[in-house]
Amino acid sequence: MNNGDALADGLFLFAILCMVTTTYALRASGYWIMGRVPLTPRVRRALESLPGAIIVSTILPIALQGGIPVAVCLVVSALTMAIVRKDFVAVLFAVLAAAALRNFAGF
Amino acid sequence: MCIPMIPGTLAFAAVFGTVAAQKGLTLLEATLMNSFVFAGVSQFVAMEVYPGTISWTSLLAMVGVMSAVNLRMLLLGASLRPWLGNVPPSQTYPALFFLTDINWVIALREYADGERDWGVFLGSGLFLWSIWSLAFFPGFMFSSYIQDPRVFGLDVVMPAFFIALLIPLWKGKRQTISWMIAGSAAVVTWSVFGGYWGILTGALSGAIAGAFADE
Repeated sequence: MNNGDALADGLFLFAILCMVTTTYALRASGYWIMGRVPLTPRVRRALESLPGAIIVSTILPIALQGGIPVAVCLVVSALTMAIVRKDFVAVLFAVLAAAALRNFAGF
Repeated sequence: MCIPMIPGTLAFAAVFGTVAAQKGLTLLEATLMNSFVFAGVSQFVAMEVYPGTISWTSLLAMVGVMSAVNLRMLLLGASLRPWLGNVPPSQTYPALFFLTDINWVIALREYADGERDWGVFLGSGLFLWSIWSLAFFPGFMFSSYIQDPRVFGLDVVMPAFFIALLIPLWKGKRQTISWMIAGSAAVVTWSVFGGYWGILTGALSGAIAGAFADE
């Protein structure tokens, strides 16, 4: 369980090294690969569509998993952003909505 | 533009400190892992499969789940190519160490608004890394005092921030088609396989749809 008084366990340090290198490799290689692929207009449009597609694919399962409080606060965030166009305000309202639903509405 | 993410990042890092302390990591081990992996969700998942004693099996399990969660970084990096492509590799490759969902989405938002100085990406990455590395310590030291961050609604900061930044990215029919396809693929994949594979299938099919959708 504990390493006693040791500063660190050798094998655990090696595990950290493996985690750091694989994560950095993932961070760098998508960028590296796209440097080897010619940037035709079609590829460029695919890359331009990527951010929105990543965001949608990340959020939807979270919303479905998180139940009503999460779904409501995502709607609050999207609506606030569409109206006032300030991400700070959108996140603030969303967090307040989630906290209020959980603490006072019993979700 | 980093401001909305500060409370969530602080809380998330502190909770990681708590989890690491409760799993019996030494301060040095936990600090190195937190500051050099620097990928929030994947660190938690690695701690989830860590049995409390290190062995080759638990090493493989941690690296395995971490890679699965972080595979999406391939796509985040790929999408930065049109912007950072002209910057010398000696600058971009070190800077990519600081790539996270948060500074990626901040940078892309600025790019969509016409910003072309890639310092936005690096600066927000360095800033997040600093507060992530610092906020970890109180969590580790006072691991028994941290409460459930869900009570304060802090777990929704990241999805709320993501959806807020999605709004300005919408330009017309091409985005609608791409996002609908991305969303359907993600939800189907998620309901069949669970986990984070839906991000990959959704993002890829959305990008392909966007590439071929009519203007």
